[in-house]
Amino acid sequence: MHELSLTQSVIRIVEQEAARQGFATVKTVWLEIGELSSVLPDAMEFCFQAVAAESPVAKGAKLEILRVPGTAWCLDCAQSHPIAQRFDPCPACGGHHLTVTSGEEMRIKEMEVA
Amino acid sequence: MCTVCGCGTGPHDHHDHDHDHHHHDHGDSRLIAIEQNILAHNDRLAEGNRAYLAERGIFALNLVSSPGSGKTTLLCRTIEAINNRYPVSVIEGDQQTRHDADRILATGAKAVQINTGKGCHLDAHMVGHAFESLEPANGSVLFIENVGNLVCPAAFDLGEAYKVAILSVTEGEDKPIKYPDMFHAAAMMVINKIDLLPYVDFDVEAAIAWARKVNPDIVALPVSARTGEGMEEWLAWINEGRRRARVVSP
Repeated sequence: MHELSLTQSVIRIVEQEAARQGFATVKTVWLEIGELSSVLPDAMEFCFQAVAAESPVAKGAKLEILRVPGTAWCLDCAQSHPIAQRFDPCPACGGHHLTVTSGEEMRIKEMEVA
Repeated sequence: MCTVCGCGTGPHDHHDHDHDHHHHDHGDSRLIAIEQNILAHNDRLAEGNRAYLAERGIFALNLVSSPGSGKTTLLCRTIEAINNRYPVSVIEGDQQTRHDADRILATGAKAVQINTGKGCHLDAHMVGHAFESLEPANGSVLFIENVGNLVCPAAFDLGEAYKVAILSVTEGEDKPIKYPDMFHAAAMMVINKIDLLPYVDFDVEAAIAWARKVNPDIVALPVSARTGEGMEEWLAWINEGRRRARVVSP
């Protein structure tokens, strides 16, 4: 359940931004979560409701998760390919010499604040 | 692109730079671009830990595995084999009890126990505070024994040189693809308890092949902490890491 710590980090960033940019409440938080990252979006949403309830800034906020598909660069065939999981072979050459280029994101993208 | 109104304009400046954000109004509310890694706070603290270790020429390893893979036994045997040729210290992470730290202290090495309570992993903040009480010696080797968990510790950088995943032969050989994030994050996979191979159906070559699918560069090392088989190579690898850590910071 590392989603709990990750959610606490999200709320910490929200509160820091509230102090820095002078807003009182956040209505929506958009996260970018890669499909290859270690985050389970359902668990994150579950934790978010619990953690946000304790925060004066984030109380009642909505969480929106944008999934980022996985892509990898194949070192053997020098092309970029979509991959669904880390251990997927290169769809073109079948090799495993892949460097993940997207899909590992765990970012706060945007917030709607008031 | 703004996900509310669909506009594709406006700079998405990084939040650390200034306040020139992609602001615009939606009635009483406005949108602000943040573009910040959720783990940014942990990663900053981990970089602080890494700088602390580099200044002192300390080689730090983050040991990760399922519960019961033999991490603590491997550490005790490793410390005994190092036999005070250089200083070793250990940060022990468990949800509860001091049992593991006590086992390490019995070998004569310095150890500090972190109890995470309900927490499923160590984070860089806990480890940074552990340095204060542990005071690892200059030019030493520091082992950080993470909470036994093949999922959560993968995401948290502690400032270590490498993560080492320990897989014992009493587990399934397909663990590397069942828990790909951890084996992707690790530089080395120690296959422990190989003295039990005659009694279990574990295929060492298959385990290594699975691990290489998620991490083509992973170093695989079969050992038995109990009989000492493979320990020489493990110690040589640690020694080489320690040498390089000291070269960087004489």
